[in-house]
Amino acid sequence: MATTAEPVSVNLSNDEIMRYSRHLIIPEVGIEGQRKLKAARVLMIGAGGLGAPVALYLAAAGVGTLGVVDYDTVDFTNLQRQVIHGTGDVGRLKLESARNTITEINPNVKVVGYAEKLTSENALQIFKDYDLVVDGTDNFPTRYLVNDACVLTGIPNVYASIFRFEGQASVLALPDGPCYRCWYPEPPPPGLVPSCAEGGVLGVLPGIMGTLQAMETIKLILGIGQPLKNRVMLFDALQMKFRELKLRKNPDCPVCGTHPTIKHLIDYQEFCGMRAVEEAQPVPEIAGMKQITALELKDEIDAGKPLVIVDVREPNEYQICRIPNSILIPLGELPKRAHELSPEQDIVVHCKMGGRSAQALDYLQKSGFKKVRNLEGGILAWSDEVDPSVPKY
Amino acid sequence: MAVKVYIPTPLRPYTDRKDAVEVSGSDVGEVLQQLVSSHPQLKSHLFTAEGKLRSFVNVYLNDEDIRYTGAEKTPVKPSDTLSIVPSIAGGSPASACCCSRC
Repeated sequence: MATTAEPVSVNLSNDEIMRYSRHLIIPEVGIEGQRKLKAARVLMIGAGGLGAPVALYLAAAGVGTLGVVDYDTVDFTNLQRQVIHGTGDVGRLKLESARNTITEINPNVKVVGYAEKLTSENALQIFKDYDLVVDGTDNFPTRYLVNDACVLTGIPNVYASIFRFEGQASVLALPDGPCYRCWYPEPPPPGLVPSCAEGGVLGVLPGIMGTLQAMETIKLILGIGQPLKNRVMLFDALQMKFRELKLRKNPDCPVCGTHPTIKHLIDYQEFCGMRAVEEAQPVPEIAGMKQITALELKDEIDAGKPLVIVDVREPNEYQICRIPNSILIPLGELPKRAHELSPEQDIVVHCKMGGRSAQALDYLQKSGFKKVRNLEGGILAWSDEVDPSVPKY
Repeated sequence: MAVKVYIPTPLRPYTDRKDAVEVSGSDVGEVLQQLVSSHPQLKSHLFTAEGKLRSFVNVYLNDEDIRYTGAEKTPVKPSDTLSIVPSIAGGSPASACCCSRC
């Protein structure tokens, strides 16, 4: 990577000297540092919540080459936090939207796009052209893939991760430094990862964590200060507290330890237990589960059939939208509130998309409720097929 | 002897939404056992069926990873804080979701 020891052959134009003047007058940056930034090649994995501020600041700072790996397109739910994209970008490749914004901020930046999924097959080939990787992924298979590819290629990994109001950041895979596997040897099994009922993120949070990544990236390029190495920064936005924890290199780490067992990229979907989930039925197989479509439910309601519609989502989701006359019993409260229902009633359970309600149906059936049906596709199907005025989220 | 245990956001549904709880014990293992006995729903998130701490849940005593201080035998003092730090992947719940169908 571009470190202090390497001569930098790129030059700055007078326009660039003007543009970067507030950098150039800092002794720790100066002309030499700005040249290093221009010579640097940074690969961003993802142009989403974390990638957006990273790209904006690295572009503004004059990083010469920004690689962006992202095959996703911009949708409306991204705009609350992915500030590199605008309303007019909805439907476009994130990569192309990001390229436009970066070029608008700083036309001196070369953007190299990879509109493909990062895989064990293409990762090393892509990584070899870069000095640094910034991990802005939101899933475990890609995170372990990025980690292992960084260790195998010797490229530092500027890492951050977010959840609701909390973030983690560290600089991993530096020489003699720990990697993500030293910290978390294994990913959580898919069943223990928060479901969409528990997900979500406050939009500013990736802004804070992403700018920490941008700062660490620039420090590494310039070779100044103390990198966030051998430690991890935890941020809690609600308490407005940063806490630093020690992060040690694990000599037994399977990828960066003294006797590594992982010498090639592996199947990360399988490693993260995702294969079984992907191959599973879209709705869990539950013995004797009866489904009802949104249109059938509408017909039964219109025909005046006595039905109890039980919404098993969370109260905040019920505030967003609901099916008329439904009662709210969040899935987690069902065991203690099932007595509010009668086994003789005709019950239809629903959630957002049908997964949680399938679990609710399973619980109710096992508790002796005989006439329970699951609304196929949840309230989203209701919005699509019956009442478009019901907002989708 | 009580120590403060920080509960991360993903596990707060199992501690009545509390971000920290006071738990007594003389070492990390006792504190964790006390924690799951007063909040039983936490148990499967912290421990395997065999009763071992899960490998994607890191436990820190103050700023030290307990894997490097004697694991669950690490003694605790009243002024200590214990942090549970699970791996997180957020931002796009659908892809981080357990089932991609909820």
